[in-house]
Amino acid sequence: MSIMNLNSFIYMRHELVLVAVILLFLLAEIVVGSKNKNFTVNFAAGLFLLATAIGFLPIPYGEMFGGMYQTSEVNILMKNVLNVGVLIVFLQSIAWLKKDENEGRITEFFLLIVSTLVGMDYMISAGDFLMFYLGLELATIPMAALAAYQVYSIKSAEAGIKLLLLAALSSGIMLYGVSMLYGANESLYFADLIQNLSNNPLNILGLIFVFSGLAFKISIVPFHFWTADVYEGAPMNVTSYMSVISKASAAFVLMTLLFTVFKQLSQEWTYALYITSVLTMTMGNLFALRQKNIKRYLAFSSIAQAGFIFLGIIAGSQMGMSTVIYFLAIYIFSNLAVFGVAGAIFNQTGKESIDDYNGLYKTNPALALTMTFGLFSLAGIPPVAGFFGKFFLFTAAMESGFLWLTVIAVVNTIISLYYYLLIIKAMYIIPNDQPIEKFSSDFYMKAGLILATVGILSIGFFGGIHNYIFDISFGILN
Amino acid sequence: MIQGIGLHEILVVSSLMFFLGIYGFFTRKNLITILMSIELILNSVNINFVAFNKYLYPNMMQGHFFSLFVIAIAAAEAAVAIAIIIDLFRNIKTIDVEKVSTMKN
Repeated sequence: MSIMNLNSFIYMRHELVLVAVILLFLLAEIVVGSKNKNFTVNFAAGLFLLATAIGFLPIPYGEMFGGMYQTSEVNILMKNVLNVGVLIVFLQSIAWLKKDENEGRITEFFLLIVSTLVGMDYMISAGDFLMFYLGLELATIPMAALAAYQVYSIKSAEAGIKLLLLAALSSGIMLYGVSMLYGANESLYFADLIQNLSNNPLNILGLIFVFSGLAFKISIVPFHFWTADVYEGAPMNVTSYMSVISKASAAFVLMTLLFTVFKQLSQEWTYALYITSVLTMTMGNLFALRQKNIKRYLAFSSIAQAGFIFLGIIAGSQMGMSTVIYFLAIYIFSNLAVFGVAGAIFNQTGKESIDDYNGLYKTNPALALTMTFGLFSLAGIPPVAGFFGKFFLFTAAMESGFLWLTVIAVVNTIISLYYYLLIIKAMYIIPNDQPIEKFSSDFYMKAGLILATVGILSIGFFGGIHNYIFDISFGILN
Repeated sequence: MIQGIGLHEILVVSSLMFFLGIYGFFTRKNLITILMSIELILNSVNINFVAFNKYLYPNMMQGHFFSLFVIAIAAAEAAVAIAIIIDLFRNIKTIDVEKVSTMKN
């Protein structure tokens, strides 16, 4: 812990760049005004591309504010993955933002998304529960405003208020746990907690409350009730942002918390995660089977995916952590491909029912193909990255001796195949007299979809990616 | 620190407040009262932090600062929540949660 100097602000590069981006958005809004749509979207997408690129520049790692903020190679990697994901979300949402219904509110959308991203970055880099809480709230409150973005729509407002109230409840529960940890350990610095946390009841209670609070954000099964409604009510692009970026960051943070702060209590949390993981996979899959609306369908699919993510966390090894990050990256790209196609169709036709996808391949083969890649990846079918993600997750769980959990996960993968293939069947096989007409998306949407597809295909084929993540990960044992 | 009252009593009060808040959150029908229930939860957390700080670790201020941040963020949360509630009220003229549910499984 050195005395803070200005040089150490370089560690905070990701967040500072994003804050600068927010300020520039505001400035552009004042100088150019909200009438010039093309300028606004080009400026926003270009600026964010720049911010993403800056994130990839090599930089030293370290801590600041006396350990409240810390970066490591894994943190930086996760932030970069999130940045790329948000870039794709931006590209995919431009066509929708240009519609008349969003007149004069385009900058707002970008502002709110970048604000939540700053929150997630701080949450990922937190070295203290206060910083963690601030990041979490910064990632949550603008998210509710985003969900309620369509002010004229009852559904959207309903999604916003549901998200906000349940997020507030969950952070209240989490804070109660944090207060117990404070009472038992005197300090809230992660570095102190790692050493002091003992097996006493107050700490275990704190663990349960903190875990429950975060489980809300990842929508693990006993805490998943808000997910489907919020996902359905929010605008399509916001839903894709929530289910992909927000979830991935929360899952990553939960994993690092369990692997560092709650390392001493691994006996306790392993069983909690075991049960919730099985419940999450099974319930998510069973509910996904009977959904008719594509957003609700994807909501339950993403709940089921969260259950799979837990496999790697339960494994607790270095392999487990690296596969979780690897799987999250794949999940981001696959889900964005699927959401991108759903969003393109929704923008064009306003349709969001699964039956509307019948015969899509005949009229829009490119979209159908992208959707197929995304769904194959989510289901875990060999040529695409999702297969490798699931394969490594199962391997990690098996290596740590969780045989039955792996068996249940495999059974669940087979169940999930059924409903993922339902959409593929609809697109390729089921005949339809009035399929969605042939249309061409704008440049941004195409770029977003291509980026997501390239991600899906390349992550699987370049073995070096997983090796790199493995090298920078850490297990619970060391 | 209050003479004659130990940490134990304060924690009982804060736990009661916390679970009353949880109970209120799930049983109340009015969005504003649900928001009030959340404030109860957050304030019970504040009491915990301040009490732990005052009774157990009086040399450090971490608990006090944490509760200050919680208060500030609760205000931000309430501001956004009320904005959305007003938006809902303009659309459907009610803030009863049972009427604010257009989506079904």
